[in-house]
Amino acid sequence: MPENGSRKLTYMLAIREALQEEMRADPHVLIMGEDLARHGGGFGVTKELWEEFGSDRVRNTPISENSFVGAALGAAMTGSRPVVELMFMDFAMVAMDQICNEAAKVRYMYGGQAQAPLVIRCPQGGLSWKSAAAQHSQSLEAWFVHIPGLKVVFPSNAYDAKGLLKSAIRDNNPVVFIEHKALYGIEDLVPAEEYLVPFGKGKVVRPGNDVTVIASGYMVHFAQEAASRLEEKGIEVEILDPRTLKPLDEELFYQSIKKTHRAVIVQEANKNAGLGMDWCARIQENCFDWLDAPISVLAGEDVPIPYASSIENQIYVSTSDIVRAVKEVCYG
Amino acid sequence: MDKPRLFIELKQEQHLELLKRMYQIRFFEEAAGRYYRKGMVKGGIHASIGQEAVAVGICAHLRTNDLITSTHRGHGHHIAKGADLNKLMAEILGKEEGYCKGRGGSMHVAAFDIGSLGAFPVVAAGVPSAVGAGLSIRLHKDDRIAVSFFGDGALGQGTIYECMNIAAIWKLPVVFVCENNRFAVSTDCSTSIAIEDFAKMAESHGLKAYQVDGQDLEKVHYTMFRAVDYLKAEEQPVFIQADTFRFEGHYFGEPEVNRDKDQIRQMRESQDPIERFVFWLQDRYEDDIIERIDQVKQSAFDEIESACGFAENGSDPAPETYAEYIYA
Repeated sequence: MPENGSRKLTYMLAIREALQEEMRADPHVLIMGEDLARHGGGFGVTKELWEEFGSDRVRNTPISENSFVGAALGAAMTGSRPVVELMFMDFAMVAMDQICNEAAKVRYMYGGQAQAPLVIRCPQGGLSWKSAAAQHSQSLEAWFVHIPGLKVVFPSNAYDAKGLLKSAIRDNNPVVFIEHKALYGIEDLVPAEEYLVPFGKGKVVRPGNDVTVIASGYMVHFAQEAASRLEEKGIEVEILDPRTLKPLDEELFYQSIKKTHRAVIVQEANKNAGLGMDWCARIQENCFDWLDAPISVLAGEDVPIPYASSIENQIYVSTSDIVRAVKEVCYG
Repeated sequence: MDKPRLFIELKQEQHLELLKRMYQIRFFEEAAGRYYRKGMVKGGIHASIGQEAVAVGICAHLRTNDLITSTHRGHGHHIAKGADLNKLMAEILGKEEGYCKGRGGSMHVAAFDIGSLGAFPVVAAGVPSAVGAGLSIRLHKDDRIAVSFFGDGALGQGTIYECMNIAAIWKLPVVFVCENNRFAVSTDCSTSIAIEDFAKMAESHGLKAYQVDGQDLEKVHYTMFRAVDYLKAEEQPVFIQADTFRFEGHYFGEPEVNRDKDQIRQMRESQDPIERFVFWLQDRYEDDIIERIDQVKQSAFDEIESACGFAENGSDPAPETYAEYIYA
């Protein structure tokens, strides 16, 4: 039942509400990106904000990702709090110099003089947002987690999306805020009153004693489906959603795995040098004596994302894959 | 530096102050070169010796709260903008007392206290930040300006043109200053940039553009005066191409495979911006100016010596602090 004042809100509307509330609360917050104003951005997230806040604070940019991310950095270092939208996360690669060489490092290399409260919103992923193919479907979170100086956020539902985005806007560091495109239309209960979700605090999405499944973004939903099917077979899955990929709530992982002794990590991105392998190594370093089975890492295939559904369907982790992997770590 | 801004209207004291800034830059970088040769500086030092009139002529029109972005060749910009010489030299030596607490060094120095958003040694990478500073100024509705320094080599980077475009469509108070020293490391810009007249590239992006002899302080000063005047009147960004020459290699110790040694010697002898300004002063003022010039020179020298003493007595950052200042 909805708690007092809660209503169902889509992931997209929750993000819009976070932007709107922060823009109302702080005149230094502005949003910029391609087609943000009347068009509402690539996916409609910023609709209605231009009407309320005007062209100064809802800025359409030319198609110059590196330069407008860099301009947002300069604005952030001089008292503004910009939120940039990259139409697709794939386009972040055009802006890698400004994100990774500049924004991530100005505070460190200038010895603490600089402060860059900058949020870069990145719609990513494929799956049920289909047939966008190789340059409009990738999951690139690991690229940014690798860079010291950045924070990386990846909400899996509307409640977290709103609370985490508000925290991101108030954070005094550059934050890569990843939104999964397939989640935009998915509803969740979101309180009407203001709340924040802190960084570095993961969530137990579903408690269980037999096996720990770690997932983020859209994969959390696949894990939940798998857990329901496994419950029928008498396997209690504990699902963890770290919510922020950096800082990472590693302790949540270790506590759970010391209880379940088994772990399956699920990611949409391909496996090579990805977060699943990173987390797997961390768990091995910290929980070796507690593990009763090898850690299983489920990931996308190591291929560019295809266009035709018949082949695109082959490359992602499915609910059945999760079910199978959980059974394997449970029964060997 | 106070108004009036027209060079010819400046008082003798103000002219001498500009001379002093140029001497400070020269002596600062000569000292950095000595540190490099003694092995006291491990990283690269990119000297702007020979280019001093550009930094000083441009920054003469800036107040402390006006903003600049700088480059790997940035000591001059910082000194011209009024940076603390002690903290600047301490940073070169990687000391905790340095502007960046020894985390940045020569190439990544910044001085937020005097409006420097930092040296961005990835070529052209600071230009977007100057545009962003211009955006903040517009949003705050104040009368500051932002200046981005970059070299001729930066004209090979697409972000320069994107930034000119953004600054023009958003009518931002940004001065793009291209210090054209003709060489990007060893590459002669006539072999890497398709047209000689850079101003045309700026004009084609909607900016008012100026070209000036960067060895002539008076001309740089006057050009910046006109540029700022235009920027404030028209609310449009402007572009200045200052043709200059660096007397040292790309960095201290660079093998200099491409630059003509005779030309370098000739430029040192005939186009030293400090010497040229000294002649200008002698022409402009009575004979006693010679004594004043010597005093200014000595005073700049003493200040740099003192900065060296401060830096050499600084402390190395404590080893356990390597992870400080990553996050705010």
